Amino acid sequence: MKNNPKDLALDGLIRQNPTFKLVLGTCPTLALTTAAINGVGMGLAVTFVLMCSNMIISLLRNVIPSKVRIPAYILIIATFVTIVRMFLNKFAPSIATAMGPYLPLIVVNCIILGRAEAFASKNPVVDSILDGLFMGLGFMIALTLMGVFREVLGAGTVFGVKLWNFKIEFFTHASGALFTYALFIALFVYFYGLYSKKSKRKALLADKKEVKA
Amino acid sequence: MNYLTIIFTAMLSANFVLVKFLGICPFLGVSKSTKSAFGMGVAVTFVMTITCLITYPIYTYILVPLGVEYLEIIVFIFVIASLVQIIEIIIKKISKPLYNAMGVYLPLITTNCAVLGVAEICIAGDIVFDLLGAVTYGLFGGLGFTLAMILMSGMREKLDTLSLPKPIEGFPVSMLLACFMAMAFNVFVGISF
Repeated sequence: MKNNPKDLALDGLIRQNPTFKLVLGTCPTLALTTAAINGVGMGLAVTFVLMCSNMIISLLRNVIPSKVRIPAYILIIATFVTIVRMFLNKFAPSIATAMGPYLPLIVVNCIILGRAEAFASKNPVVDSILDGLFMGLGFMIALTLMGVFREVLGAGTVFGVKLWNFKIEFFTHASGALFTYALFIALFVYFYGLYSKKSKRKALLADKKEVKA
Repeated sequence: MNYLTIIFTAMLSANFVLVKFLGICPFLGVSKSTKSAFGMGVAVTFVMTITCLITYPIYTYILVPLGVEYLEIIVFIFVIASLVQIIEIIIKKISKPLYNAMGVYLPLITTNCAVLGVAEICIAGDIVFDLLGAVTYGLFGGLGFTLAMILMSGMREKLDTLSLPKPIEGFPVSMLLACFMAMAFNVFVGISF
């Protein structure tokens, strides 16, 4: 099976976007988007873990017996999460505190196990690393967008910089998180529908031209 | 903090699903019928309670004295994975329909954030301070999860009969429902004993 990097990028960022299209890893998405910076931090942590775990799982894909593959994957993922946690505790303790229990919970983030099962266990190393990178970036962009939206409306700041005094505290509450997520998925589905209709029409037109020629 | 506060916090004012956003996947995935929502809720409650019973002593009496707290994530996830395996075998033996109803989500309890989350919150040291407190927190956290699941499934069953605009079908409308439920749960915030 051959995957070209452009397809992998489009899949991770748009077509199979883990947050808006697949709706995976919802817990950190809802809990950590109160501020844009937390979204970026979580996104980076997940991207790192996803790339490393995809790499190791892809390298070991012919070694791990399929019966015990899930525990094996979880052990690999837990190891990298532990590394990330140690790193953040040492170098960015404020972000580690802000993430609280959601940092160790990266272990059970469905995106990581999902990609291990669906992609890394069947594909060569470089493709798996790229897949991890773009899936992670797709997740990070989604979290950052939602974080910016909620921070601007809920606190009147963006990345901690004050914009104005106007704020709607609803968006910093739990219910605001769910509302924001619902809104973003609905918008994504709407625009993705437009986009895929357009590309389908383009493909059809190209086909017709070829037939005529 | 007394036990009544732990019970109230775990179940209502810091509800696992609607306030802490732990266990959203089964909350949206298995809540299509009240029966399977209840089954999932019971299974998760059971796993959460026993997880607290086991992980809290492991952390307090083994990992901390040995100075290897950093192993906590790996140890916890293994305790949970083996627990879920045992419970799966038991449920398969006891009730075939319940086993069929939960289907693919039973193995997924391992990767349910609520279970690892409860273990992490118990050792974080801001709500729970002893073993009994940890078990109480796990049990009532699980009951809160079940409560949210059942409420959600009741509404989802009605939802099937509606015709909705295409973009908000499926996940978005379920999340809007959850949004209103979260608003309702907001009334419990700030009550203490």
